[in-house]
Amino acid sequence: MNLPGTATKAAKIDRLAELSVSSSDVRGRSLWLEAFSRLRRSPMAIVGAVIVSAFVIVAVAAPLLAPHDPTAQLWRGDVFPNRSIFVGPRAENPLGLDHAGRDLLSRMLVGARQSLMVGVVATLIGLSVGALIGGVSGAAAGMGRRLGRAVDSVLMRFVDMLLSIPALLIAISVAALLGPSLTTLMIAVGAAQVPIFARLLRGSMLAQSRSDFVTASIALGVRRPKVVVSHVLPNSLGPVLVQGTLTLATAIIEAAALSYLGLGSPDISRPEWGGMLADAQRFLGSAPHMALFPAVAIIITALGFTLLGEAMREALDPKLKK
Amino acid sequence: MTVRREPATPVLTVEDLSITFTQRGAAPTRAVDRVSFEIGAGEVVGLVGESGCGKSVTALAVMGLLADRNVEIGGRIAYAGTELLGLPRKRMRDLRGADLAMIFQDPLSALNPVVPVGRQITEMLSRHRGLRGRDADAEAVQLLGRVGIPDPERRLKEYPHQMSGGMRQRAMIAMAVSCGPRLLIADEPTTALDVTIQAQVLELLKDLVETEGTALLMITHDLGVVAGLCDRVNVLYAGRVVEAAPRHELFGNPVHPYTTGLLRSIPRMDGDRGVPLNPIRGSVNDLVAWADGCAFAPRCDRYELECLAGTPAVTELPGVDHEHRCVNPPGTPAVVR
Repeated sequence: MNLPGTATKAAKIDRLAELSVSSSDVRGRSLWLEAFSRLRRSPMAIVGAVIVSAFVIVAVAAPLLAPHDPTAQLWRGDVFPNRSIFVGPRAENPLGLDHAGRDLLSRMLVGARQSLMVGVVATLIGLSVGALIGGVSGAAAGMGRRLGRAVDSVLMRFVDMLLSIPALLIAISVAALLGPSLTTLMIAVGAAQVPIFARLLRGSMLAQSRSDFVTASIALGVRRPKVVVSHVLPNSLGPVLVQGTLTLATAIIEAAALSYLGLGSPDISRPEWGGMLADAQRFLGSAPHMALFPAVAIIITALGFTLLGEAMREALDPKLKK
Repeated sequence: MTVRREPATPVLTVEDLSITFTQRGAAPTRAVDRVSFEIGAGEVVGLVGESGCGKSVTALAVMGLLADRNVEIGGRIAYAGTELLGLPRKRMRDLRGADLAMIFQDPLSALNPVVPVGRQITEMLSRHRGLRGRDADAEAVQLLGRVGIPDPERRLKEYPHQMSGGMRQRAMIAMAVSCGPRLLIADEPTTALDVTIQAQVLELLKDLVETEGTALLMITHDLGVVAGLCDRVNVLYAGRVVEAAPRHELFGNPVHPYTTGLLRSIPRMDGDRGVPLNPIRGSVNDLVAWADGCAFAPRCDRYELECLAGTPAVTELPGVDHEHRCVNPPGTPAVVR
């Protein structure tokens, strides 16, 4: 008694039912996962991620990739063809030699490692100290009591004070205080980022404290500390993470700036892009390649982190959802 | 003001509640002015009025959620005989969620977007009922099932953005009733939902009130919701109750021009298509303060000079449980202007 077409219709309905089951089976997709899947579809994020991962791979594998010892002087009798002590790019040294006759490519590769380390550690210092100050301040202000507001005020005036001093000046002061070394560089660059993270997290937490779900959870009797930890904080982390990624770029540039000013590591066995740039300055007229390559490397790396950060900002922005 | 029918202590007593917002450098704003009402167990009381008439502020005051700065609260609020104003914070926190619970207007913003719905419910269960781990999960599944969410085990792990609006509001209700509160405040619980879902959510609330004997304070601007759910209605205008009566009395014999205006402005299914709607003209304004006369006068079709002679007194209709605050109610000859 089958009418024509009934079987195909039934099959279609079955298929639809199957589809609806499998699609609703995607359970528990958190906002973070959603943001990540948006990130994967963003060309900006992909370009940024490619640059960043290339940078990280180079930094990690630098000793294996470097064709020469970054500290070895490679001058031979043939290096003074034009009575110049400088050697530009050539077959054995694709990026040429520096003023001391060391292989620029090897120094750049090993330098990537220093830059990455400075960038990551400085950002972590800035983020953790800043987030601690901002988190305490935001939680205290969100409590709405007199003591909380006082704590918030004191912390924020301190942060305002830091903010009113140019970041580079803070970094220079710290570097001058602790003496030039790689550790100093990291602390100096990190310290300069503290007020930004503190302000950001506090602002974000205050905004969340006024949101309906926080009022709702208070209305349902959840204790304040619990409200802060499980409702306010998780919703406030997005901007901080974005800022963290963007700060990696800033930190690398700033570390380079400090090295350039002579406040970086004096250790010649650990070349660093900013320090290389500082060395190159003296020979800019006769050996521009010495300045060009580290500068380009700094720019591209910073660009990679910035692209990734901007893409993350977009992916996490609730207004752009769907 | 009125003598209640039941002798038992009402679940919620609000007496002469006044809420004033003060701000340095600005004149204080009185948002709620001498509002009184009571809610007994299993009773649904409606607070009806336009935006800005003080409905939500009243609800927040009952929950103790108003900021402690720049706000003055007068009068009394009592829950089952316990005075809530001036109650220590800790006692108030213990009451909130366990004895008093609230449902918010927009469930999407009232649920935490980064926490699975199940965890938001178990949070309540562990806070007030000491349930943890698997016990809490089982209870949450049961609660979600009870508010009519299909496949509750699976929904437990979902995030608010994965649910539909109606389902989110059901989840919100499940959270609110998870600890068996005796008083439930619903602040426009259906405003953010579409009409079919509205009916379902109202049905759910009605069912909860009937089976659990919960007292429900229904805050709404929708007289349709009031007609379907409330036992007693308080109509608020500019922070004051202008008319209070049981539902049938109010709909059958509205007295205050504001109430009649609200009723007339509802579109009717059986009316002629050509008949224009009858909105109340103007909008809430502060041209007349209650101290000077009837705040509704500037928008009223029946106003006379008498209306501006001081705060209109509360008038009780003889023989029925019905009071209003109108100097010149219908039935008295209106001045044609």
